[in-house]
Amino acid sequence: MIIELGHFALILALAAAVIQGTLPMIGAARGDAAWMALARPAAVAQLFLVVFAFCALTQAYVTSDFSVLNVVQNSHSAKPLLYKITGVWGNHEGSMLLWILILALFGSAVAVFGGNLPPSLRARVLGVQAWIGIGFMAFTLFTSNPFERIFPAPLNGEDLNPLLQDPGLAFHPPMLYAGYVGFSMAFSFAIAALIEGKVDAAWARWVRPWTLLAWAFLTGGIALGSWWAYYELGWGGWWFWDPVENVSFMPWLLGTALLHSAIVVEKRNALKTWTILLAILTFSLSLIGTFIVRSGVITSVHAFASDPERGFFILILLAIAIGGSLTLFALRAPSLKAGGLFAPISREGGMVINNLFLTAACAAVFLGTLYPLFLEAIDGSKVSVGPPFFNATFVPLMVPLVFLMAVGPMLPWKRADLAGALVRLKVAALAALLVAGLTWYLQTGGPILAVAAMGLAAWLFIGALVEWADRVKLFRASPGESWRRARNLPRAAHGMTLAHAGLAVAMAGMIGSSVWKQEVVTNLKPGESVEIAGYSLLFEGVGKLEGPNYKAERARFTVTRGGEEIALMFPEKRVYQVKAMPTTEAAIRTTFFSDLYAVIGDADGQGGWTVRVYHEPLVPWIWIGCLAMVAGGLTSLSDRRLRVGAPHRQHKSTARPAAA
Amino acid sequence: MTRKRRRLYIVIAALLVFGGATALVLTALDDSLDLFQSPSQLMASPPPPERGIRLGGLVEEGTVLKSTDGLSVSFRVTDGAQSVPVSYKGILPDLFREGQGVITVGNMGPDGTFVAREVLAKHDENYLPREVVDALKESGQWQGEATQ
Amino acid sequence: MAKRLLFLLPVLIFLVVAGYFLWGLGPERDPKNIPTVMIDKPTPSFDLAAVPGLDVPGLATADLAKGEVVMVNFFASWCVPCRAEHPFLTALTEETGVPLYGINHRDKPEDAAAWLAELGNPYTRIGADPGRAAVEWGVTGVPETFIVDGQGRIRYHHRGPLVPDVIERQVRPLLEELRS
Repeated sequence: MIIELGHFALILALAAAVIQGTLPMIGAARGDAAWMALARPAAVAQLFLVVFAFCALTQAYVTSDFSVLNVVQNSHSAKPLLYKITGVWGNHEGSMLLWILILALFGSAVAVFGGNLPPSLRARVLGVQAWIGIGFMAFTLFTSNPFERIFPAPLNGEDLNPLLQDPGLAFHPPMLYAGYVGFSMAFSFAIAALIEGKVDAAWARWVRPWTLLAWAFLTGGIALGSWWAYYELGWGGWWFWDPVENVSFMPWLLGTALLHSAIVVEKRNALKTWTILLAILTFSLSLIGTFIVRSGVITSVHAFASDPERGFFILILLAIAIGGSLTLFALRAPSLKAGGLFAPISREGGMVINNLFLTAACAAVFLGTLYPLFLEAIDGSKVSVGPPFFNATFVPLMVPLVFLMAVGPMLPWKRADLAGALVRLKVAALAALLVAGLTWYLQTGGPILAVAAMGLAAWLFIGALVEWADRVKLFRASPGESWRRARNLPRAAHGMTLAHAGLAVAMAGMIGSSVWKQEVVTNLKPGESVEIAGYSLLFEGVGKLEGPNYKAERARFTVTRGGEEIALMFPEKRVYQVKAMPTTEAAIRTTFFSDLYAVIGDADGQGGWTVRVYHEPLVPWIWIGCLAMVAGGLTSLSDRRLRVGAPHRQHKSTARPAAA
Repeated sequence: MTRKRRRLYIVIAALLVFGGATALVLTALDDSLDLFQSPSQLMASPPPPERGIRLGGLVEEGTVLKSTDGLSVSFRVTDGAQSVPVSYKGILPDLFREGQGVITVGNMGPDGTFVAREVLAKHDENYLPREVVDALKESGQWQGEATQ
Repeated sequence: MAKRLLFLLPVLIFLVVAGYFLWGLGPERDPKNIPTVMIDKPTPSFDLAAVPGLDVPGLATADLAKGEVVMVNFFASWCVPCRAEHPFLTALTEETGVPLYGINHRDKPEDAAAWLAELGNPYTRIGADPGRAAVEWGVTGVPETFIVDGQGRIRYHHRGPLVPDVIERQVRPLLEELRS
């Protein structure tokens, strides 16, 4: 019964969205305040209905209601409760429902906190948001209904893919979707602005927090997915340039560009048209990502089950949403008023360069990801574009960007003195040389590129800190004075420093693990040991282990260094019983500077086991750096100026009074 | 600084960055692509050794041999018509089995053996397309115990 | 005017990409499919014993070149999609009269017998395959279905269950063409 009510609630939510998407839009065109005002209650009603639908499905999972097809296909009564809940979105249908839920959450956030938006802009933003919701709800109801029953009900379910039964991956999709869907806010604001024919600082002040929030979620989501791949797939790698990874990375690249260009719109009223285009493209790439993952047009190791019929439906949605918005852009954008002037060497100029590199990098990833499809359409040959392509294109585009990242924040708005900025960075240059020299000394015969790359990471890290130190007059004023300055500094400034420094740390981690990774594959009998990077791992044998829904073979290693025992490691091979699917559970011993990573393979039948051991230097820094970036985003978000709903200074161009 | 001048600077910068990116993409596409081939295609026109190949097919029954050190593996990949010997050093993926689909990534060796640097097995075997589920329900044959 | 064109550029690029996406969705193009090489080849040579406990004979290459169009279907009792296609396969056999030969892939004889007892047996011959024949036929999973003409050449290969849509669009027209 609850399931039918959930289904019904979703249909009602669709109806609410239709109202929200039409009447307020007409109201805004006619200047009818009553019709415009309908948008807010409609958005809130939609949220309640979708929450109900989501809870109904969750309830079916928690109680293992096997009369629901979706539960049968993705759950099992023996599954731990956590994975029963996360199983809700571990499949296509349920993940669409989660997507709709997050969309409704964002929409009603505008409705609830959008009191200070001009009423017509608010009505239009909510209207556009509703149309996105209509598209996805119709898609879910007509092609991917999670509430379908089956009769007769089977005794038990087929279980969730064991690879997905993992805490890292359990929370990866919600964060990723919050990121994707968060960009829909920037999109809705962009479309509303195109309809209104007006972009101003107030608009940018509204777009920025949503973009920042979406960006922080997406950063976290990508990092979580990468972390999962690192420890769960057992290959010791953390990024594979797989299409599924790339489609989440592309919105991230453009979203990062949008984050920066929106600042220029807010502060300098320039780059308006470009920012609108970026907002449209960022969300478009999120949609295209959904399409690629779910339609099966491109082969990937971990795509959802593909289905051309569904793919066709999403493609129509894409055509309407992206084609429609870009057409609107082509029609309306030329008549937007151009904004403020700036010299090429200025903060604005720096942002332009940042945007150019990020967009170019995104275009390279886009081409690499879709090239197999293009080529197959042209001459039928099937190719795959692997990491070498992305390393050869993406990395060279990132190097100048990272170099300029330290310089940009030093430049004042409008017009700047490059020489002056570089002088302020002499400490960073010194640090870069020092780190490069140290790297050179520590590695013997390693690649020279690694030396330069580590130097670059140090340049960015110290550059970000120097900029912050300058602003609080660290060491140049009394500590009390510096503290006072730091407290008065806008949160956004702290956030930027944190995010930039975080990227530097993550970069160092990526460089370290790519360049100095060591790998030993060997066959060991109990009592034998393997040496790697100064560690010695003594193989003590393999025992059997029984988990709640799997059986495992667990190896035991004693790790010693310099004759001293420092740790025990237990890599496992599991077989999940319902799907009879084996998985590898790596054992990872992490220190601040490196990971020791062990995986067991098959027994050779003569008492020996294949063992693979990696030493992965600096990998923990990747996760630390990503955390710092997310923290930077959230710190910036807590800035008073951006706080959602907080009163802000009325900008001259905000002609309309704030609505009550 | 006039509006025209500013636009000129931006256009020049954009051309430089995107021109550079295009050059990078073109050179990278030239030499870092893996071509997907079936054993028949591979035997029909053997590619040069430096060409990266993704060889897809089935692991032929009874051909999987492990070396005495337990690390090197050799097997044959077949599509029914032709089969290609493959050698690989490392841990095989969890789902690697005889008679199952597999994709190996690597290069053709001079002796006609395919040297794989990566072996990928199908991720999830229990994929049930939607049309099948519909068909199941239409025929009234959906029963839990039927699913292994 | 040039400026207008510049603003049109994004939507034009999108249209091109969308065109490729549309092509990519084409039903005959499933990137996960390993292309079949069996079309127009003679059937591979094999000789499979009957499944113990069933009253139908086994299957060998010689049974496939007797001047009659036949269908060869790989199935197993543990395979859920096989269960799904079973009624359609049965109906197709009854309606067209084309003999249906089965190859029972990696199955326990008692399971296969129980399965056919439960669902009905449309197969006139069934060979028990421990796995070898599947490799020679280029089969990557079950179910897969082949149409073999009277000279013993493979004319059609379908991976996955034969659902009504595939039967009506591909299988039936080909059967009629081959038998005319």
